[in-house]
Amino acid sequence: MTQIELRGIEKFFGAVQVIHNLNLAITDNEFIVLLGQSGCGKTTTLRAIAGLETIDKGDILIDGKAVQHLKAADRDIAMVFQSFSLYPHMTVFENVAFPLRATRMSSGEVDKSVREVARVLRITDLLDKRPSALSGGDMQRVAIGRALVRRPKAMLMDEPIGALDAKLREEMRAEIKRLHVKQGSTTIYVTHDQIEAMSLADRIVIMHEGFIQQVGTPDDVYSHPANLFVAQFVGSPVMNIAEASVADQAGAASVTVGDAPAGFEFPRQLLSKLNGHAANGGVTLGIRPEGVLVRHDAAPGYIPVEANIIEPLGSFDIVDLKVGSKMLRARTKAGYVSGPGEKVHVRIDPEQAHFFDTASGKSLGVRL
Amino acid sequence: MAAVRTSSEVAFNRIAIAAVLIATLVFLAPIYWIASTAFKPKELAVSVPPTVLFEPEVTPFVRLFTKRVQMQKTVDPQVYDAAPWWEKRIYDGGERVLKVGKDVQLSQYPDRFMNSLIVAVISTVLAVGMGTFTAYGFSRFKIAGEADLLFFILSTRMLPPVVVAIPMFLMYRMAGLNDSHIGLIILYVAFNLSFSVWLMKGFMDEIPKEYEEAALVDGYTRMQAFFKIVLPEAATGIAATAVFCFITAWNEYAFALIMTNRRAQTAPPFIPSQIGSGLPDWTTIAAGTFLFLLPVAIFTFLLRNHLLRGVTFGAIRK
Repeated sequence: MTQIELRGIEKFFGAVQVIHNLNLAITDNEFIVLLGQSGCGKTTTLRAIAGLETIDKGDILIDGKAVQHLKAADRDIAMVFQSFSLYPHMTVFENVAFPLRATRMSSGEVDKSVREVARVLRITDLLDKRPSALSGGDMQRVAIGRALVRRPKAMLMDEPIGALDAKLREEMRAEIKRLHVKQGSTTIYVTHDQIEAMSLADRIVIMHEGFIQQVGTPDDVYSHPANLFVAQFVGSPVMNIAEASVADQAGAASVTVGDAPAGFEFPRQLLSKLNGHAANGGVTLGIRPEGVLVRHDAAPGYIPVEANIIEPLGSFDIVDLKVGSKMLRARTKAGYVSGPGEKVHVRIDPEQAHFFDTASGKSLGVRL
Repeated sequence: MAAVRTSSEVAFNRIAIAAVLIATLVFLAPIYWIASTAFKPKELAVSVPPTVLFEPEVTPFVRLFTKRVQMQKTVDPQVYDAAPWWEKRIYDGGERVLKVGKDVQLSQYPDRFMNSLIVAVISTVLAVGMGTFTAYGFSRFKIAGEADLLFFILSTRMLPPVVVAIPMFLMYRMAGLNDSHIGLIILYVAFNLSFSVWLMKGFMDEIPKEYEEAALVDGYTRMQAFFKIVLPEAATGIAATAVFCFITAWNEYAFALIMTNRRAQTAPPFIPSQIGSGLPDWTTIAAGTFLFLLPVAIFTFLLRNHLLRGVTFGAIRK
């Protein structure tokens, strides 16, 4: 049973504040992913929990006990580094056994524990090899083995598969998931890759410029982004964002993107839900490419537009549609739009539309 | 993989190989000269033109290790017949080996050689050890005025050491450090330390910080992490630094000449001092020099792989 709580963490590098009043409670066995671009403070947060970085303010609690003044060695937390950090002068066996050698464990027990972990990670054949003889994936397995072997209170992973190639990354992602389900330990995982985050996390913590932007399940952050940053950071292809004006038009709401000649039709209740925001003109519409519906022939609610660039991505295409001076990216079946310049008709699926306050970027929480 | 080479590249290669061969010959010639002289009969040592082919003998080494005096009359044939082979060689040269009772009196060479070993080994261990710790500190921690401190350490090498020989001599005499092992060791550590710090810092900077961080998280103190992880990783750098420090201390002549004369005298000032007594005995001097070359040659040969990395260090980015 391990719970980790971060309370009001602040961290400065010189005059630069890299973490701002960070609060987060992590429950037992939870898989938490810190997601953000490089320099957002996610790795610093992880290193602070590990004890490799001091904090300037706040408390780090492990099972209710403040540990921010404890040395890394005394926190009983394991960490997997992006660079693997396997000790080159030791065999795989010695690498995995290394954390146990720091304890008073007998060599017989060490042997047993290492072999048990090796079996789980399928690295038994590699125990006598040196790290330099291993492939990237095997190195990472060994690094994870070294972290798991002493059954730490929590596992910290700093972009553990970031250095692997795409195919191996996918394999190791599945492997980490499998291990977590099987071993079940509180895990904090840092990555800039939203696919990793979505596929692994129980909850995702999205960070930007030292602030937490949103904490939620993968479904939460995808379907209910708290602000424009999260909306654009999570999801691929990226969500369309455009300032929009909303008007009451013949019994329905009409949402006009930028300087487009015609507005998209929305249900009337949008007007009451937006509650005056529209009148100020400060609304930004967010719509993922799959929420932009495209058809060849005219239909009620669809407006005519011209296709611009088409990116074929195998199972689907991303089509840039010219709406006024803005481009709206739509996801279509492969080959649905034949080429640039083709005239098509487009509509926005009201159920998939997000509305944000333009000034603050915060979500208005309006869903239809 | 065999790379395709143009004819001009092949030509360049041949010229380069030729140049390396010539340079090697030039560098090896004095060593060959010393080595061959060490095994020459006395009268061939200074023959003109130089003798290249001769029957090698070890008599110079016998002379090197023994105390001898010139004989006034020829040796008694009975004594000659009873003498061991090496003593006969001395009698052949018109000398006899000094003895106390039955015991052969050894020359000072073994003592001086031992002094050289003691001073060079201890000063190398100290310089490399201190340099390694210092370099680790500079490499891993934020230190106020780090650049200035490193420059200060480097600046101790900007002056030729001999410039301070006289004040050093006076200070050593006052402190009672002249003609002592500890005095020479302190001097050589001082010479080598800045070099050791700078070279080791380069190697330390190359060792990823994550290794120690992993060890820290794995339950070790920083000191344990240093000894269990950093030191083994730095072995190459330590070996390279040690070779350079050892060679400097082993070959040092000027200060050894000034600061020592008897008890703590090292081999470099001792060997030429033998020239003075009577007619220069070049073969014995060559024998002493030849033996003196061996420890450095062996040490360097054992660590040659590390040394090569030390020399090309920084030239290749990983």
